[in-house]
Amino acid sequence: MSSTLLEVRGIVKRFPGVLALDGVNFDLREGEVHTLLGENGAGKTTLMNIIFGLYRADEGEILFKGKRVHIRSPYHALQLGIGMVQQHFTLVPSFTVAENIALGTRDTPSRVAAKIRGISEEYGLEVDPHAKVWQLSVGERQRVEIIKLLYAGARVVILDEPTAVLTPQETEALFKAVRKMTSRGTGVIFISHKLNEVMEISSRVTVLRKGKVIGTLERGEFDQNKLARMMVGREVVMEIEREKARPGELVIKVEDVHARSDKGHIALNGISLEIRAGEILGIAGVAGNGQRELAEVITGLRRVESGKIEFLGKDLTNTSVIDRILAGIAYIPQDRKGIALSPNLSVAENLFLRRKEKKVWFNKREIFGHARRYIEEYKIKTPSPATAVKYLSGGNMQKVVIAREFSLDPRLIIAVHPTRGLDVASMEFVYRSLIKARDKGVAILLLAGELYEIFNLSDRVGVIYEGKIVGYTTPDPTPENIEKIGLMMAGVAV
Amino acid sequence: MNVEGLLSASIRYGTPLLFATVGEIITERSGVLNLGLEGLMLMGAFTGFVTAYSTGNLWLAFTLSLVVGALFALIHAFMSITLRVNQVVSGLALTMLGSGLSGILGRAYVGRPAVMFQPVAIPGLEKIPVIGPAFFKQDPLVYVGYVLTFFLAWFIFKTKAGLTLRAVGEEPAAADARGVNVFWVRYLATLVGGALTAAGGAYLSLAATSMWMENMSAGRGWIAIALVIFAAWDPLKAMLGSYLFGFIMSLQFRLQATGEVHVSANLLLMLPYLVTLVSMVLFSINESFRKRIGAPSALGVPYSREEKT
Ligand SMILES: Nc1ncnc2c1ncn2[C@@H]1O[C@H](COP(=O)(O)OP(=O)(O)OP(=O)(O)O)[C@@H](O)[C@H]1O
Ligand SMILES: [Mg+2]
Repeated sequence: MSSTLLEVRGIVKRFPGVLALDGVNFDLREGEVHTLLGENGAGKTTLMNIIFGLYRADEGEILFKGKRVHIRSPYHALQLGIGMVQQHFTLVPSFTVAENIALGTRDTPSRVAAKIRGISEEYGLEVDPHAKVWQLSVGERQRVEIIKLLYAGARVVILDEPTAVLTPQETEALFKAVRKMTSRGTGVIFISHKLNEVMEISSRVTVLRKGKVIGTLERGEFDQNKLARMMVGREVVMEIEREKARPGELVIKVEDVHARSDKGHIALNGISLEIRAGEILGIAGVAGNGQRELAEVITGLRRVESGKIEFLGKDLTNTSVIDRILAGIAYIPQDRKGIALSPNLSVAENLFLRRKEKKVWFNKREIFGHARRYIEEYKIKTPSPATAVKYLSGGNMQKVVIAREFSLDPRLIIAVHPTRGLDVASMEFVYRSLIKARDKGVAILLLAGELYEIFNLSDRVGVIYEGKIVGYTTPDPTPENIEKIGLMMAGVAV
Repeated sequence: MNVEGLLSASIRYGTPLLFATVGEIITERSGVLNLGLEGLMLMGAFTGFVTAYSTGNLWLAFTLSLVVGALFALIHAFMSITLRVNQVVSGLALTMLGSGLSGILGRAYVGRPAVMFQPVAIPGLEKIPVIGPAFFKQDPLVYVGYVLTFFLAWFIFKTKAGLTLRAVGEEPAAADARGVNVFWVRYLATLVGGALTAAGGAYLSLAATSMWMENMSAGRGWIAIALVIFAAWDPLKAMLGSYLFGFIMSLQFRLQATGEVHVSANLLLMLPYLVTLVSMVLFSINESFRKRIGAPSALGVPYSREEKT
């Protein structure tokens, strides 16, 4: 058996109102991928932040290569050889890749650039050292983060939900790099909510629940069902059973719409679609083919250059956002921290933000009462309704958004990656909520990156490619159908 | 009108602005917004004058004004970096403190003349027609301004330390994760910025005049804050901007003095503020413009590790 790189014992971490970690033991061996699994808010990120020196543990000890260490800062961690790619990247957007990596080292950016090329080649992490970071895609930025760690010579690499933002191809490339690292003896701690990935890459899996370790399993001892069970403490049915849709009247009609992206490129190139009451239209497609813009032209956040949007028979093209909200369009955006929520406002206030009442005064007791109802109904984990939203875990933030949008009694829901970053139980909850809404006659436009999500939920599947719907199909997960979708996503006409 | 004289005066009017502007550029590049420039300039002017008056040593006066500027900026650094209070409030407090304190302490010195820096021609360069006498027949502090500006431009954009400074102002969390001591960099940048700003004030009482007057900076601190934006946080552009403002100011005085052109003096006095306003509006008009001109993204945002944003 290979030797232990890192070990933590009895870690306890308290935040105001939360016991985030409650006596956690965890260890990492040379050349293994040790996955950390757990529901939203289980404490995974907190534990990693402690190992990376971002947070200080209230109790417990950390041993690195058998010696007890007090990790004072991320810098100190890196010096020891512990590196972390955080959920939110820590790069300077206005700097080049090389400048970002040179930061804090003794090397100059030009010398760094040469070394980056070597690392890129060795690990298959392609990136241009002279590109400015703000010009890079999310996948590329992540590669920069990883190169940064390898550059610093990290022996322990922590990846916090790295695949949440990646396309399937990028995930494959990441896994290749991870295998390269482990073959050189580097230990990798991997966090993900996607069980198929966990199955593919892990040598060991540790399951956390509410800040406690439920168990650590060796490869061969775990399968998807068992892990899911350990995570939530009960069997999760991922096959959501549902009745056939009974489409009613036409709710939304998008006709030949053209619109530009933020950068001024054509993002929607004559897109048309229709959704009826009581049906879910899932849109599949490679990220960046106009999904975000489609959601934004319908919600009124983006101007339409030509074309028409009709909602319940009325022309809504280029009307204001508030008109559309009042007309019954709800929006679950991709960017929950920026667009959907006000991070500094409390949970209660965020839940209240888009309510329709035209009251000038509102009383605190009322919005708190309102909030408590939703916190219970949607099982939002928060110390109190008065807690600022920014202190919630990613998954719980998403629940706040969903609770609020559903509370509007919408006629149309636009959901963009509604379960990104959610654990299995919360995911199932969102699925059930969406289907319940559908059965009540709400029209739903689902823009999701994961095919299984589209298969799980949609009544019809459309494929978007370069700003247009290139074809429709049924949500049957048969190999032929998946292949058909794959081809359409890649721009091959079927 | 004599062009050489006008240019030469433009440089002299522009120099105090230049010191304050490049000082604030350093501070803001680290992510700290210091609106206390007016107070810092007054403290610098006062310290410089009192030292020159009582010792007759101009360089000692200049140096002490740097020290006092740094000490004063330390107040702002402590408030905004350590205590993380609102930087706008802390900066405004500094302005009030500086003008109040210099006003009270300086009361005894009003109207007394002291020594002042005299022009020193740079041999060779001063012979260049028009440019020579305007740029190279000035007092030593003007030359300090030239050297300082080019040094800072090189420092910010071409050195490793400059890279670190910019990183702290853009993404402190990223810098922190790379082992940069964000607090230390911000303290240092705020102190250096404060010292340079005070030097701008000292220029007023040591080179532009040889007197102390209450509120003698007359709004230059505010103009410098706008100039930082106008210059897009680039010392070289700050130099251009400062001298341009110097030109506007000296033109205004000339026109007033000669009476050749009949433009309302009030209108001319407004000119610098108008330009300031326009550059501010341009700056705030949209996010992408702001990004393009390179405003530090973490400007005015205190940094703390465990605080989520
Ligand atoms: N800086 C902080 N201040 C206050 N509470 C915090 C802070 N960071 C985390 N928490 C709380 O600690 C708990 C664990 O959060 P953590 O981010 O570790 O969860 P996680 O397992 O990473 O969840 P997710 O899968 O949603 O990312 C949560 O209840 C969260 O609200
Ligand atoms: Mg997390």
